[in-house]
Amino acid sequence: MMIKIQKLLTSVAILLLSNVVFAQKNPAYVSIQFKHYANQQPLVLVDSAYTNSTGESFQPTRLKYYISNLELLSNTSKFKQRSSRSIHLIDASNQENIFLEPYNAIYNHISFTIGVDSALNCSGAQSGPLDPVNGMFWTWNTGYIYFKLEGYSAASTNDLQKIEYHIGGYTGAFKANRKVTLTLPEPLLIEAGKSLQIMIHVDLDKFWNSKNNISIAANALIMSPGALAAAAADNLPAMFSIGNIE
Amino acid sequence: MFLLMAFCLLIIGATKEDGYGAYRPKKISFKIPKGWPKPSTDIFAKNKLTEQGFQLGKKLFYDTRLSIDSTVSCASCHQPFAAFSSLDHDVSHGIGNQFTTRNAPSLMNLAWMNSFHWDGAINHLEVQPLAPLTAPNEMAQTLEGILQFLREDEEYRKMFKAAFGDPNASSERMLKAMAQFTGSLVSANSKYDQVMNGKDTFSNFEKKGYIHFKTYCGSCHQEPLFTNNSFRNNGYPLNRRNDLGRMGITRSSTDSLKFKVPTLRNVQLSGPYMHDGSIFSVPQVVDFYINKINRSVPGLDNNLRKPITLNKLQKNELVYFLYTLTDTSFTKSKRFGPDGPLQFKH
Repeated sequence: MMIKIQKLLTSVAILLLSNVVFAQKNPAYVSIQFKHYANQQPLVLVDSAYTNSTGESFQPTRLKYYISNLELLSNTSKFKQRSSRSIHLIDASNQENIFLEPYNAIYNHISFTIGVDSALNCSGAQSGPLDPVNGMFWTWNTGYIYFKLEGYSAASTNDLQKIEYHIGGYTGAFKANRKVTLTLPEPLLIEAGKSLQIMIHVDLDKFWNSKNNISIAANALIMSPGALAAAAADNLPAMFSIGNIE
Repeated sequence: MFLLMAFCLLIIGATKEDGYGAYRPKKISFKIPKGWPKPSTDIFAKNKLTEQGFQLGKKLFYDTRLSIDSTVSCASCHQPFAAFSSLDHDVSHGIGNQFTTRNAPSLMNLAWMNSFHWDGAINHLEVQPLAPLTAPNEMAQTLEGILQFLREDEEYRKMFKAAFGDPNASSERMLKAMAQFTGSLVSANSKYDQVMNGKDTFSNFEKKGYIHFKTYCGSCHQEPLFTNNSFRNNGYPLNRRNDLGRMGITRSSTDSLKFKVPTLRNVQLSGPYMHDGSIFSVPQVVDFYINKINRSVPGLDNNLRKPITLNKLQKNELVYFLYTLTDTSFTKSKRFGPDGPLQFKH
């Protein structure tokens, strides 16, 4: 019996090792990381206070959002290379890499959607990043919260001076998913064996003021789809920019 | 090398018998009643209906332990003998002696519905339970709390394994199992159905009532489901909770005071009526439509602008027709009913 198990283990081990060797022949990969900033400082949740464009001080406790359909785009080739899991829940308290395995080509842009496609809001029970257990789902009014910023602010008149921005919506004028296309600082050559890391900077300052101005005193809570959520969603794309590529 | 060996052991461990028996789900088919349209939503296309999934969904439906203080189950407000609505309660009762703001709708033929709740807030049967499970004035639990309970309970572990091949509950599996049960709640065996299938005949009284029904009610309460699933303003005035219905979801003033047209199947058993349960009997509802609607109120559904000219006798004929929609084979079904006595603490 013992010998049998040993034999089995050895053969499985050989199988695994050969996989590792095979993997080295694999093409390039790109890892993408989101790095969060506020007031030109790396964002620290819970323990730090920042000031928004209206001059209101706030203390963020939670920043989470969906990034979907992430892809590298090329001006010269038709290839679109999507990430293998096309929906990602980014949590600012948790560094996560998104991996792409692009075809060999020269890439000029990176594009993604903040939020998830409308159809996925109407598809019933789902798992993974779309599991309602992640706290990014409205139970009383079906739909995903695409972007969630929570914290406290002296400018808030709510209980415990809370601020809660839950941005979502999948129908008509209240659609809150936003597409972002960022141009790479220089064309990116992807060839076999190459591995790269692209940092995407996410600037919380832009959330308060880019297309629209959000003041805490006026709207400390946005918690359902509607005109307010859609206006806040209009600010989201400007938050994203390309940082270092290594 | 040692790490690899350990990894291999893990793999072997994972395929080992987990003590809950083999995973052999028994497929069951969803039968569309004779003469009915195909369901508008193919809820069982991605959620394959199995006997084990149905039974798990049924157990969850009747289990008060899914609420924060173990007092309220889905069935507390959706009672089988009341066609899965709340007998005698105008609005639902949640944990800790709390009222909700609306009347619990009856549950049947849900596979033909593409929106749920009086205001259509919910767009898919599978995600509906999340609302009552987590609402602070209903079952007040958290999804994490429920999943932890289900993962620790031996009976549930066994049933999750049997239904989905994994003893560990996930929100997706739990919700899919619930939808297998609720989506299977088909009521299509009332006297009306027997008559339509040539197995019975209406009394003269009922026959006349059927004609009134088709004249005045059938455009919204469309046969054979007795609802067209649309949102209508039926002239019922704004209640003291300022419930604007559909407008609360769409934010559009044209949806002010519009509510989902409820099915009239089993209406005899599903009272009280209207979105806030403020009318207590079927004759009173009919009376509302005949005598009490302000037909010039803005936003009133066009179908109701024209007066309903039924005399007292004709009104009773209509009511008796509506009672032919009662399907006791549905409300007393052992398959849909609880395995033990129902627990009510409110």
